[in-house]
Amino acid sequence: MATVTTEAAGEYGADAAASAPGMPQLNFDHWGNQIFWLLITLAVIYFVLSRIALPRIAAVLAERQGTITNDLAKAEELKRQAGEAEQAYDKALADARAEAQNIIAEAKAEIAAELKVATDKADAEIAARTAESEKAISEIRAGALDNVKEVARDTAEALVTALGGRADSAAIDAAVAERTKG
Amino acid sequence: MAVEAQGAEEGGLVFHPMDQFIVKPLFGGSEVGMFTITNVTLWMFLAVLAVVALMVLGTSRRAIIPSRTQSVGELAYGFVYKMVEDVAGKDALAFFPYIMTLFMFIVFANFLGLIPMSFTTTSHFAVTVVLALLVFVTVTVVGFVKNGSKFLGLFWVASAPLALRPVLAVIEVISYFVRPVSHSIRLAGNLMAGHAVIKVFAGFAAIAVVSPISVVAITAMYGLEILVSFIQAYVFTILTCVYLKDALHPSH
Repeated sequence: MATVTTEAAGEYGADAAASAPGMPQLNFDHWGNQIFWLLITLAVIYFVLSRIALPRIAAVLAERQGTITNDLAKAEELKRQAGEAEQAYDKALADARAEAQNIIAEAKAEIAAELKVATDKADAEIAARTAESEKAISEIRAGALDNVKEVARDTAEALVTALGGRADSAAIDAAVAERTKG
Repeated sequence: MAVEAQGAEEGGLVFHPMDQFIVKPLFGGSEVGMFTITNVTLWMFLAVLAVVALMVLGTSRRAIIPSRTQSVGELAYGFVYKMVEDVAGKDALAFFPYIMTLFMFIVFANFLGLIPMSFTTTSHFAVTVVLALLVFVTVTVVGFVKNGSKFLGLFWVASAPLALRPVLAVIEVISYFVRPVSHSIRLAGNLMAGHAVIKVFAGFAAIAVVSPISVVAITAMYGLEILVSFIQAYVFTILTCVYLKDALHPSH
């Protein structure tokens, strides 16, 4: 390795001829210049930050925080509403089911009642018709018996007359009644 | 800009690791007076521009959903704000713009100094000493204004045995006055050392055989310097917060 040459004052060139050997940082001739510009720089940055940038960023951050909080509250509210809507829906569904059950039961009862009425009515009618028919039959039967008696009496009278006797209607009636009894 | 030609100008290896720190007038002449526009002026001006670009132009849209630049600006704001609040307490937030100014200036000066051929303003003791003294004076004044003579309780360790307290008080006073020294030398020293080491590695690149190693070493150092740039700005700021906490709440 070649020797590492340390800086000599002459190496700096004409600009820094006055600077001390070694560190330019220790050249106190330049401190005034640096401090002057540093103070100006700091003043400008401080002014820009404190008057413009920091209030603006603070406002933006606060606004964003506000928006987020609002949105969260809104989301919470919407969630609550959705929950309520769901509950209302469930309740409505349950109510509707119960009502449907009631209606079905009512309809069943009604139909059963109507059916019973109709059946009873039909039964009564059938009974009435049966009674009527029986009556008609018995009338017919009675009518037939009277006819038989009439025919028998007429025939007996004719027979008695034909045999030369004189028809005694009372005796004939008694005889016919006697024969047709059984 | 401030960097002289490196390498083998006279045949052998020539190192000028400190030349990058020379203060030079920007528009000719060799005299550096108080108000001369120098490379210091230029790079401090660029730091101001960068701060304005990030914190003012970047946030000009005031968007609820931030753009990338606005995001970074807000991040920087939140970073320092939280640091002041956590370390120094709620009542230190009055100093937030001041601490933010220090942080933004140091962090941008450090990072602008990483641009090749640039000039690192924060590598100069003139700059860091002023920054540290500003903090020291502020803290001391605030301490006495807020607490009066109770501020001296900072040096009187009430929890220690009585016999030890005078000794501790001497140590505390010394450490209090050493604060601005360490505060300033830490920042300038770190940056100066890193930049100088990069220059030394660059000097070795003049030897063809060594140059690949040199390039790798410069790359590695550069990565390290990026870290250092941020960490030193952070350290300077958080120490400011710690000192401020001492001023506001001097009890141990």
